[in-house]
Amino acid sequence: MSDLHFFGYRRENGRVGIRNHVVILPLDDLSNAACEAVANNIKGTLALPHHYGRLQFGEDLELHFRTLIGAGANPNVAAVVVIGIEPGWTARVVDGIAQTGKPVQGFAIEQHGDIETIASASRTAKNFLQAASELRREKCPIEDLWVSHKCGESDTTSGMGANPTVGNFIDKTDAMGVTNCFGETSEITGAEHLCRERAATKEIGDKWFATWQAYMDEVIEPNKTSDLSESQPTKGNIEGGLTTIEEKAMGNLQKIGKNARYIDVLAPAEAPEKGPGLYFMDTSSAAAECVTLQAAGGFAVHIFPTGQGNIIGNPIEPVIKVTANPRTVRTMGEHVDLDVSGLLRREMNLDQAGDALIDMVIRTCNGRLTAAEALGHREFVMTKLYRSA
Amino acid sequence: MSTAPPDFLVHDERDAVGVVVVEDIATDQSLEGWVMDTDQTLSITVNDPIPLGHKFALRDISDGEAVIKYGENIGRAVADIPKGNHVHVHNLKTNKW
Repeated sequence: MSDLHFFGYRRENGRVGIRNHVVILPLDDLSNAACEAVANNIKGTLALPHHYGRLQFGEDLELHFRTLIGAGANPNVAAVVVIGIEPGWTARVVDGIAQTGKPVQGFAIEQHGDIETIASASRTAKNFLQAASELRREKCPIEDLWVSHKCGESDTTSGMGANPTVGNFIDKTDAMGVTNCFGETSEITGAEHLCRERAATKEIGDKWFATWQAYMDEVIEPNKTSDLSESQPTKGNIEGGLTTIEEKAMGNLQKIGKNARYIDVLAPAEAPEKGPGLYFMDTSSAAAECVTLQAAGGFAVHIFPTGQGNIIGNPIEPVIKVTANPRTVRTMGEHVDLDVSGLLRREMNLDQAGDALIDMVIRTCNGRLTAAEALGHREFVMTKLYRSA
Repeated sequence: MSTAPPDFLVHDERDAVGVVVVEDIATDQSLEGWVMDTDQTLSITVNDPIPLGHKFALRDISDGEAVIKYGENIGRAVADIPKGNHVHVHNLKTNKW
């Protein structure tokens, strides 16, 4: 497994992507229609419609900008057309993405209307697409890879098979210099003492614990009614045999393996800046929100272990599904990229499962479409911290 | 990697519950299990039909007792649970919310 490499697109800022999208990015909900029209005009470009961007303020607005700029800056994106209702905030997103050095241009709808804006933006999108189509993959060392992780529709097989497989992947690739990221702040409840101990230093562990405690104090406690049964664990988790949040959390934490230690705690959509290593990102445990934030943090490929069969994809960050549940393989096989149910039959061990996952990640990085990509799953979901003004 | 596929798995030898990993387990069925932590083999007869992925008691558990899985406390029993019975939301509750 030494000297691993993959073939990716090296961007202007040195980061390496595994896809080559030209994105048509709306600043706000009002601009979705124009972006979708441009993407319809210029085949091969990708619109990222979403629900927000108006009258947000404070930390919630900052997160909105960080998510949009991060999505555009992601190395899986070759170039970006930004469309907003007005020029001020549109320029802020354009300027943020432009720091990567990649081609980006903004268009504002006010004083022009949809039709004129769509025409102008379509011309730019066509030029960007043709330029991107001439970019070529090059051989890159494995340490150029940034991988995010989040599990979903978990059941007890997640904790026994799929999540320990991811843990084996993280232990092996952490030692190779890959940048890995996990999250799901609320879902570590019940194993918070164990997660705190997995930090590289006591200070980082304390920072993690403060982040977890803030989620409890600011999100869970003020808003919960009786308890979170049916939300954490979800109905799907319970159907799959998971009973309590503690049991779910113990299974969740299998994802970070046995040896790797996280070296920083990231804000939602924040890019890591401490070099290769394992990072924690403060996210919701809802699949599409979490993966969207990790994509905005700059991660190029996502590993998604599932039990009962979560079907999520992301438009810019390919999502690889791993399951150990033989029933899910049988009933929802079209969503599964890697079947590790052999672990539960003692037909394979964790070392073999981890190697199989590394192989599938490399193939995906080299261009193999994931099940979610082939099935057209493009869930792009902004995290909203509170109501708009 | 030899031996027959197990009917249930146990994470840690301290655990009070095992997890069924095959489908269609019926009442009074005798199951063969594998303790992953110690590589031991266990046999047990279940008193309920246990769906794939669901837990059953490996020993008698008293009302109010902490239930151990992964060697950790995953909640408390809210009823007496005899060895071999299904363990789920009807008799196990979180210590948290």
